[in-house]
Amino acid sequence: MKTDELVAMLASGAEAVEPHALQRRYALALGWGAFGTTLLMAILLGVRPDLSEAVRLPMFWVKLAFPAALLGGALLATVRLSRPGVRLGRVPAAIAAPVLAIWLFAAIVLLGAAPAERPQLVFGDTWVYCPFIIAALSVPLFGALLWAMKGLAPTRLALAGASAGLLAGAGSALIYALHCTEITAPFLGVWYVLGMSVPAAVGALIGPSVLRW
Amino acid sequence: MSASEDRLWDLLVRGLAGDTATYHAFLKELSAHLRAFLRGRLSRLPDEVEDLVQETLLAVHNQRHTYDAGQPLTVWIHAIARYKLVDLLRRRAGRDALNDPLDDELEVFAASDTDADDARRDLAKLLEQLPDRQRLPIIHMKLHGMSVVEAARITGMSEAAVKVGVHRGLKALAAMIRGER
Repeated sequence: MKTDELVAMLASGAEAVEPHALQRRYALALGWGAFGTTLLMAILLGVRPDLSEAVRLPMFWVKLAFPAALLGGALLATVRLSRPGVRLGRVPAAIAAPVLAIWLFAAIVLLGAAPAERPQLVFGDTWVYCPFIIAALSVPLFGALLWAMKGLAPTRLALAGASAGLLAGAGSALIYALHCTEITAPFLGVWYVLGMSVPAAVGALIGPSVLRW
Repeated sequence: MSASEDRLWDLLVRGLAGDTATYHAFLKELSAHLRAFLRGRLSRLPDEVEDLVQETLLAVHNQRHTYDAGQPLTVWIHAIARYKLVDLLRRRAGRDALNDPLDDELEVFAASDTDADDARRDLAKLLEQLPDRQRLPIIHMKLHGMSVVEAARITGMSEAAVKVGVHRGLKALAAMIRGER
């Protein structure tokens, strides 16, 4: 087939592209993914029974705000990385900011605590399985986001995969926070960050093969 | 923005809105620019140029929904052409060294070359390997210029299935070129 024939073939009957195709795709993926992750948590873990009391604690809201802020940054990065030639600009800083903030907060808490109390502030009661659960709950979101991204055009595949993984991890942490009873900044700074990093790392590894187009 | 970029932008935006004649003109002019651009970067692999021009055109078409009219067209096209170029080099990795194909200069539209060599890979042959549900809609609609309704009637498929068949078939074609199937 000659190039002119290919051009004619591609142009023939090409319909109008639906506007906001990218936004729709991600809205669909986030909607279904969040549904899947929420369902998974509801079946496996359930919401903490004392939720109505927990909402009165300021730390409960910090625990939601931290993954929510990361989710915002990761969503921006994911959308930008899905379009050829769009630069990340200051988005990496927007992703780093909430992590640095929680680490600073954790350092202040630890320095202000008696040495004997510090291990409990860091490890809480659930450190053994918290990162594992955040990573596991992220699977439905992660799958949906990879589907969305695969239908777009990422050109930096490892970075794009990591970004989709971080977005899934942040969404998963946000939903898991409704079950988890840990409320110290050092715990969030270590185990939540670790849990969200797992899908991000997996994304960086599988991106180059899964997201190719 | 250069005059040719301005012109191409206008053709593409109208094409994306459903004007097939201007979309055809866009792809035709783009192919000449891509040819000149890729010839400059594949000077040691002149035989690969036309294949890569075709692969890049197919990518531009399949991924055209990722273009945002506010983005400079050069940047978008350059990123796609570069991605496909790097992909080709990875596939050939170890077989040849290449001369700095990875510069960041956005000069996709600086030159134009309408003098096409023959492609080595025949997309028509790849097309024949697609399953009927993708091959037939592409043949009727994209090669014979039928409407969705006509293609649906002749194949006995639903109109939705015809559209999906064209869309998936062109993506499958790109996957075959990458060597994934």
